[in-house]
Amino acid sequence: MTALGKLFRTTAFQLSLAFLVLTAIGAGLVLGAVAWQVQALVNEEITSTIDAEAAGLSEQYAQGGIRQLGLVIEQRSREPGSSLYLLTDFAGQPLAGNVARLPQGVLDRPGFVETAYETVDQVAPDRRALAKIFLLPGGFRLLVGHDLRDRARIGAVVVRALATSLIFLAALGALGGLFVARRVLRRIDAMSKSAHAIMAGDMSQRLTVIGSGDELDRLALNLNEMLGRIDELMAGLREVSDNIAHDLRTPLTRLRNHAEAALRHDGDKAGYRAALERTIEESDGLIKVFNALLMIARAEAGADRAGMSEFDVGQAARGIAELYEPVAEQAGVALRLDVEPGLQLVGNRELIGQTIANLLDNALKYGAPSIPSVLPALASSSAGEEAQACGEAKTHAARIEVSLSVRRVDDAIEIAVADHGPGIAAADRTRVLGRFVRLEGARSRPGSGLGLSLAAAVARMHGGTVRLEDNDPGLRVVLALPAAAGVSEPAIPRLKSPR
Amino acid sequence: MSPMRILIIEDDRDAAAYLTKALREVGHIADHAADGLAGYDLAREGAYDVAIVDRMLPKMDGLSLIGALRAQNVETPVLILSALGQVDDRVKGLRAGGDDYLAKPYAFSELLARVEVLARRRPNGAAEETVYRLGGLELDRLSHKVTRAGEEIILQPREFRLLEYLMQHAGKVVTRTMLLEHVWDYHFDPQTNVIDVHVSRLRAKIDRDFDAPLLHTIRGAGYMIRDSAR
Repeated sequence: MTALGKLFRTTAFQLSLAFLVLTAIGAGLVLGAVAWQVQALVNEEITSTIDAEAAGLSEQYAQGGIRQLGLVIEQRSREPGSSLYLLTDFAGQPLAGNVARLPQGVLDRPGFVETAYETVDQVAPDRRALAKIFLLPGGFRLLVGHDLRDRARIGAVVVRALATSLIFLAALGALGGLFVARRVLRRIDAMSKSAHAIMAGDMSQRLTVIGSGDELDRLALNLNEMLGRIDELMAGLREVSDNIAHDLRTPLTRLRNHAEAALRHDGDKAGYRAALERTIEESDGLIKVFNALLMIARAEAGADRAGMSEFDVGQAARGIAELYEPVAEQAGVALRLDVEPGLQLVGNRELIGQTIANLLDNALKYGAPSIPSVLPALASSSAGEEAQACGEAKTHAARIEVSLSVRRVDDAIEIAVADHGPGIAAADRTRVLGRFVRLEGARSRPGSGLGLSLAAAVARMHGGTVRLEDNDPGLRVVLALPAAAGVSEPAIPRLKSPR
Repeated sequence: MSPMRILIIEDDRDAAAYLTKALREVGHIADHAADGLAGYDLAREGAYDVAIVDRMLPKMDGLSLIGALRAQNVETPVLILSALGQVDDRVKGLRAGGDDYLAKPYAFSELLARVEVLARRRPNGAAEETVYRLGGLELDRLSHKVTRAGEEIILQPREFRLLEYLMQHAGKVVTRTMLLEHVWDYHFDPQTNVIDVHVSRLRAKIDRDFDAPLLHTIRGAGYMIRDSAR
């Protein structure tokens, strides 16, 4: 399509065209009204002039009869101007005046009449006049009138003014429309171009935001946020598929190898049994990882309205702590609980509960000052969490304590799990939120590396964040979620601003 | 355990054959319907103790089938078996009239335990007892008092609920997930052996000072409380 064609199809152009038409109609109406008013005014003036002259003539007639009237008319007819006079006898024969001929019958009706006429000198044809006819005694008729050339001239001026102003209006409207349309068009074209580039695969592109805060800017901002979210989701998807390739293939390979090995060796019944049991164990592990991945994916996909409800998060935390308390005790860890009462949260109780459980599980597993199997009770766990770095074997006073706290901080409810283990180096804190990330020292221990990713996904789903902090010594994981404001505020996931 | 009549409504032939065979092996009577309509007819006519219903079925999906049965006042307990295993799927399933929900893939021991527990919940069954008695162990659900051989045993509230659930299903296997669901009201996978530790604490309180243990660990399945003396 040509640029002009595109222009004609823009909303801005169409709008300005419509505006132009409306203005033209308006201008026409205004000028028409003016013209009509002017006409009426001129007519009024003419009739009053005619009446005044007629009054003067009637005085002359009263003084000197028809003869004097004829003389006065002869005299006045000779004066320049646009006044018209005609005096005829009963047969219509002109006696005096400057009107040479009239259409048939005009003189028969007394009163005002607009009529064509011809002058004595015949200077111009097609003359029109407004005149008043009087019937005098003895069959004499008198016409006192006024030429309408002036009126016609005024009309012509008005028409010309109308036409000129219409041309100007059209020009201005078209220019304005063109300007607006081009301005909008250029920005939209730029947006379109960016969108094309993004569709072609360059997800780093963003729409230009001018900063004027107008509709187009707001649109661009919103679209950019949307793009940011899409980008993140796509990155997540890529990450998952990469991770799946690695972290699910490995156990699958193991599973297959064991089964194959069992088949190859003609074992006894007990041997087969052991191999099968191992197979089931491996597949259970896989199922758990798979479930965790699905749960993260669901949480990341955003609001899962069906599971959302308002609940007392302190109570939920208390329940989870109670669930883990015997395990902690068995492991020789003191589980300290610090919960503010009456904190309401709108969210998925199940997912938040699971997140707290994961964090506690992590803290109990990796939160002990020295790593080597302090926790025999946890040795049988199958799906575990991120490891905390234990490379630099920091030795802290053996305060084996894990604390779970729930408190309100401004508009957020912060659920924090803290331990006194080796902690996580600041450089690794963002990385461990990713899927399947397990730090050195944790690889040898059971776990899938999905616990903190679930925490991050759950936080995001509720419009909150996960922070990893130094507990000095140890690790503090803070899950900050927006508190339920008033009755129930929908937990719409907040979008991150585009990078 | 007396044999139960179990209806399996499942369109996957392999899965259904496996389930039918496994249930028959443990002594139950199992029938199979391969689509929703056939399942609906069978469930209406046959007096089944439990129906195991897949969610995605040809001709009539699982949830509609359950709804239709409930509308016809067929109160057969239903275990929904589904590949959709998220929390909200479960909520939808239970709202539709299912009595329990199990996600695929499942362990047979888990399914069996759930089916056997469900079968007890018959509408014409007697009113719930207020006192559970088993081998000298007594649990009063109203006064929250537990005694064994006349001696009072002090339990934490959660321990009480744990024992209550176990005794309610005395003689039946109860899995760890079932305990987490009914005692703690959570449906996720317990990451570690948390439930085991709770059970061993409870066991210490009710069994340690007595010769005959009542609370048994069923390997590869879960727990069962039963009077082994009898």
